[in-house]
Amino acid sequence: MKKLGLFGVMAALLRREVSVALRQKGEVLTPLVFFVVVASLFPLGVGPESALLLRMAPGVLWVSALLAAMLSLQRLFATDHADGSLEQMALSSTPLGLLVAAKALAHFLLSGLPLVLMAPVLGLQFGLESRSLGILMLTLLLGTPTLSLIGSIGAALTLGVRGAGVLLSLLILPLYIPVLIFGAGAVEADAAGLGIGGHLSLLAALLVLSVFFAPLATKTALRISLE
Amino acid sequence: MNTQTIHWFKFSSPQNFYFLAGRMWPWFAVLATVLAAVALWIGLVMAPVDAQQGQGYRIIFVHVPAASLSMLVYLVMAGWAGFGLAFNTRLSGMMASALAPTGALLAFLSLATGSLWGKPMWGTWWVWDARLTSSLILLFLYLGFIALQSSIDDPRRADKACALLALVGAVNIPIIYGSVYWWNTLHQGASVTVKGASIAPAMLWGMGLMTVAFWMYAITMALVRVRAIILDRERHTEWVKHAVE
Repeated sequence: MKKLGLFGVMAALLRREVSVALRQKGEVLTPLVFFVVVASLFPLGVGPESALLLRMAPGVLWVSALLAAMLSLQRLFATDHADGSLEQMALSSTPLGLLVAAKALAHFLLSGLPLVLMAPVLGLQFGLESRSLGILMLTLLLGTPTLSLIGSIGAALTLGVRGAGVLLSLLILPLYIPVLIFGAGAVEADAAGLGIGGHLSLLAALLVLSVFFAPLATKTALRISLE
Repeated sequence: MNTQTIHWFKFSSPQNFYFLAGRMWPWFAVLATVLAAVALWIGLVMAPVDAQQGQGYRIIFVHVPAASLSMLVYLVMAGWAGFGLAFNTRLSGMMASALAPTGALLAFLSLATGSLWGKPMWGTWWVWDARLTSSLILLFLYLGFIALQSSIDDPRRADKACALLALVGAVNIPIIYGSVYWWNTLHQGASVTVKGASIAPAMLWGMGLMTVAFWMYAITMALVRVRAIILDRERHTEWVKHAVE
């Protein structure tokens, strides 16, 4: 059998995750539909006044994206745990942290990236200008990988736990606050004519920090859960 | 065996710590009561009426200690959690979970007293001020810890998972606080701040003593709670059967 390098293993895992998810299209589509539905509820709740909606748009879209990204987190490790492949990953010679990082990347590709692509359509419904739409996409592109990485910690901690779904949201949503603030803040700051360099730098900093530390924490959490 | 050495790790055994905590907590309880009584007397009787805020300011004698301690308790909790993960000691996890409800209570108390104070002073129960918001988030972090603890049946696994969560939370708290301050300045500029002249010595004494009283209270509660946790987890052992008789 051909021997794979570290990155070969990660790439193989990534391919596996994506192909498994694409065979069950509902897994990819449900969070996306959820995103659209939640964002569409806000105008119904607060009224159709366009000035108000425009003002709220970045925050509403970002909060909806947070919730949608969280929706699919629970399955990040649950199916692999159920069929035992997670234990094989934990036993394999490849560091578990790298495998976890590959899974988080897959989660971003399958749930974060579709949100990035869908966001401008919803943004148009809220009356955002094309410049704001671009910035919204950029912040989502920088922010959603962080959500996947931080979320993987929560998914690992709540693996096989009673009421994991609700618990996961209670654990993870407070940790998402910085991403929400800088993500939605960038769009608002630009609309107010302020620079957004600081917001984007901080979003990127959060991403770098979580790329380094989240897989470590997730790995430890998985080892605790698998004991 | 050398009898001269002190057995530092003697009390890391839950059994030994159970009896040590049993001897310690009444002292802390007495200290907490006496200090709180003195601090209340200073705060409610001796401290002068505030020039700008009238009598209403006196709630700070509860609010400030509760708010400061709610943050400190989280750090102590994360410290125990990290200790437990690093050294794999059973007692550390028990201490962390014994501290969590007290911390959550203090965070809630600081929010409740804050909004009671805010109504007459700011004319509103709640503003999305950076400090209020970050206290609220701290309360959420405590509640997450407690929820995770209670939903895992195996206590050892619960301890470890909660320890990791507490550490992740402790790493994130500065980031969350920083971003909340950034968010607040972006949205509404400088918010209401207390800009009294330098406060009277009696007020300072009242607050200081009350803070120490709250510390003693938190230690008392943690010790009492950890005793209950130890009994619960060690209920199969012989010594517990003797201890509860």
